[in-house]
Amino acid sequence: MSDSVATKPLTLDFYKSDEKPTWCPGCGDFGVLNGLYNAMRQKGLQTKDIVVVSGIGCSSRLPFFVSSYGFHGVHGRAMPIATGIKVANPDLKVLAMGGDGDAFAIGGGHFVHAARRNLDICYVIMDNNIYGLTKGQTSPTSQVGFVTKTTPKGTPDRPINPLRLAIASGATFVARGFSGKPKELAELIVEGINHNGFAVIDTFSPCPTFNKINTFKAYREEVADLPKDHNPSDMHKAIEAASSTDPMYLGVLYREEGESFEDHLAAAKVGTEENAAKVMENLFKVYS
Amino acid sequence: MAERDDLVIRIAGEAGEGVLSTGQLITLAAARAGYGVLTDSVPPAEIKGGHSLFQIRIAPQRIFSRGDVFDILLAFNREGYDRNIRELRDGGMLLYDSGDFEPPANPGTYQQHALPLTDIAKKELQFELGKNVVAVGAISALFGLDPEYIRRLLHQRFARKGEAILEKNYQALAAGIGYVERNIPERGTLQVKVGTLGETSRIVVSGNQAIAMGSLAAGCRVYAGYPITPATDIMEFLASELPKVGGSVVQAEDEMSALGMVIGASYAGKKSMTATSGPGVSLMVELMGLSSMAEIPIVVVDAQRAGPSTGMPTRQEQGDLFLTALGGHGEIQRIVLAPVSVSDCFTQAINAFNLSEQFQMPVILMGDTTLGVRTESIPTPDLSKYEIVNRLGIHDHGSNGSNGTNGATGTGPGIESGYKRYQLTDSGISPMAIPGEEGGQYVATGLEHNESGRPRSDANNHRQMTDKRFSKLELARAAAPAAHYYGDQDADVGILCWGSAWGTVVEAVDAATKKGLRVAAMAPRMVWPLPDHQLLPFIESKRVVLVPEMNYSGQFAQLMRARYLRELVSVTDYSGGVFTVARLVQEIEGVHQHV
Repeated sequence: MSDSVATKPLTLDFYKSDEKPTWCPGCGDFGVLNGLYNAMRQKGLQTKDIVVVSGIGCSSRLPFFVSSYGFHGVHGRAMPIATGIKVANPDLKVLAMGGDGDAFAIGGGHFVHAARRNLDICYVIMDNNIYGLTKGQTSPTSQVGFVTKTTPKGTPDRPINPLRLAIASGATFVARGFSGKPKELAELIVEGINHNGFAVIDTFSPCPTFNKINTFKAYREEVADLPKDHNPSDMHKAIEAASSTDPMYLGVLYREEGESFEDHLAAAKVGTEENAAKVMENLFKVYS
Repeated sequence: MAERDDLVIRIAGEAGEGVLSTGQLITLAAARAGYGVLTDSVPPAEIKGGHSLFQIRIAPQRIFSRGDVFDILLAFNREGYDRNIRELRDGGMLLYDSGDFEPPANPGTYQQHALPLTDIAKKELQFELGKNVVAVGAISALFGLDPEYIRRLLHQRFARKGEAILEKNYQALAAGIGYVERNIPERGTLQVKVGTLGETSRIVVSGNQAIAMGSLAAGCRVYAGYPITPATDIMEFLASELPKVGGSVVQAEDEMSALGMVIGASYAGKKSMTATSGPGVSLMVELMGLSSMAEIPIVVVDAQRAGPSTGMPTRQEQGDLFLTALGGHGEIQRIVLAPVSVSDCFTQAINAFNLSEQFQMPVILMGDTTLGVRTESIPTPDLSKYEIVNRLGIHDHGSNGSNGTNGATGTGPGIESGYKRYQLTDSGISPMAIPGEEGGQYVATGLEHNESGRPRSDANNHRQMTDKRFSKLELARAAAPAAHYYGDQDADVGILCWGSAWGTVVEAVDAATKKGLRVAAMAPRMVWPLPDHQLLPFIESKRVVLVPEMNYSGQFAQLMRARYLRELVSVTDYSGGVFTVARLVQEIEGVHQHV
């Protein structure tokens, strides 16, 4: 079909658009973007077959920096839009990219339902524990007592644990990445794309401008790889690993094989477009 | 003998007792015999079984409204009697299942007869399930339907269950007819003139079913929705039909998700829709703005019900016009269509998809409770008569495929020419790439963007892009589907209405004409943007224009006053019910005294 393109060498530049990222210098999102480019190259994906979907926020600007198809939607609705795209064309590779506010505050309801549907997408949450685009307010993953301009006495809300939420909601691939380790992150994204089902990769992606607590330096001291003998098919062990705060584990915590949402939709189809005229004719008969 | 111009029968009883199936059988048989039939059923407000009601109006020709009053009440039980007897017209007839209850003393304002449905079925026929067919026989004998049409229907339904079952049903039918012939001497006065609509090629469907069928015919292949009264049966219908043509139905977690899925699916190349009611539209408004800004075709059905808030979920109102035409932040380009009848629901669903595809913007199709649940016998749609429009693609040259009417000057850009998703064209319509197509890669966004789809917020770009989007809206205004007209268009008095009010307006025009009052009626199919070329000539040629609407504010009248600076007489009903013909005739008489 598109031979002229397919024969191009798949360099990282192939996946980069000419739009310059809007992020602050030192933003964790650069590492995630690089991880994504690398994952796409490793998978050998064609940009015509990729859709990068996001919501609103600093990190949600990401689709503009990729040369593939993209959808920068409205705040919190990345999951519904990604669902629609996959329902219409299950052959597309859909990556959802966005922030912790988008995923767990305004989009919290959708996250749970996308997970329980087991939608076959890879969702990378660029988690910086703060709202950056609106210049520094508490987020659903901020620690209790986190002081911001909207929570001058410290937030009273307990943080969401994205990994436990994902597992409890039915996600079938749950991982944690770190922007400070882009090579490992790229591998996680490749695994997430390969997984047939809802792959969640909560990724620490520090905000150097507004969050002076959850910094690269702090995360480097707090993270560790999962023990070699971790069994990702054991849900209880996965929840245990997800709950650990010292250290905070990186890697694939939970994995479960099974049918995706798209598999179910495909099985439900009992005909094709070619039946259209016949279906109408039959309906008119049934109601006459 | 057969003298009546119409007959209205109300069947009432326990939900699940066969009220619905009795009504539907009669409706179908009468439609096949060439009668005009219009039914109305009020869905029970309570979840638990409860009271069920089915009203059928039968006439020799096409009818447009449910009728102001009913002539016969068939009560299956005491509650059906209690709830409806006060509305039975003076001189009407009560029929009651004497095997179930005996009604209190008749005040003398109506005739009454026992119709021992249960006893006939149980004792005479030893066929308890046959009660409904006995009722069907009785009703058909009252208004004079040739029983052959019912026998054919019964054959269609029961032949495969064996000769014995079919024979039992025939006996039940004959028993119902026989009972009426022996025991109801007034039946001669109830006979309706013979149907004149012909026997062939008619279907009996509800407004919601017609919308679902029209959507299917228009090429809708993805439906996502969240259940809500009175829209849910559109989703239920498509859930069984779409998979047959390779399509899908998804039940979303809320209305925002539903519209998000629809937008995603359309972006990915499938014609997509959702159906909801006012509370759902309120939640969807932000995403409607996204569809408008990112220029993604979508269809939203708003089956209106009485609001605000949860309001009266099973009652009627045309209260959402401001919301659908004007709701949302910023200035959203959108098209609002209002079908006026069940057959128009089919046509307008196709119009909705065609316009959304052509102009790449949201189209809202305004149904409502009465239009959604009522059934009519309509001519079987001739699909060859409908044009199906598809969006302008990146490989199309200067037109959007079949019709070439959108005036776009886009040339298939391909990868060499540097594809611009939001390319500025004379029409404002730009070629839309679909993921999977090489050379079309772009990012759809709700941010203001340049021709390539990149976020930009400079003044000049925003002006150009706003002009682009609004130029499409102006083209849509000019492309409004033909309006409905009725009555004497040269009259000094006019009635301008929208949506389901039309049926009552048509019959009010007939009634007024009989009284010697000249009146013209019109209902545009597109109610936003206002089709100037249709509305202005009508308004300007009248001395007085009445605008009947089932809401408090006179929303349609207000939109027209603001644009045309003309005086219009708002006539409103906000009872949760529908206009009666008598009320509108009274209004027509009122203005005639001053013309």
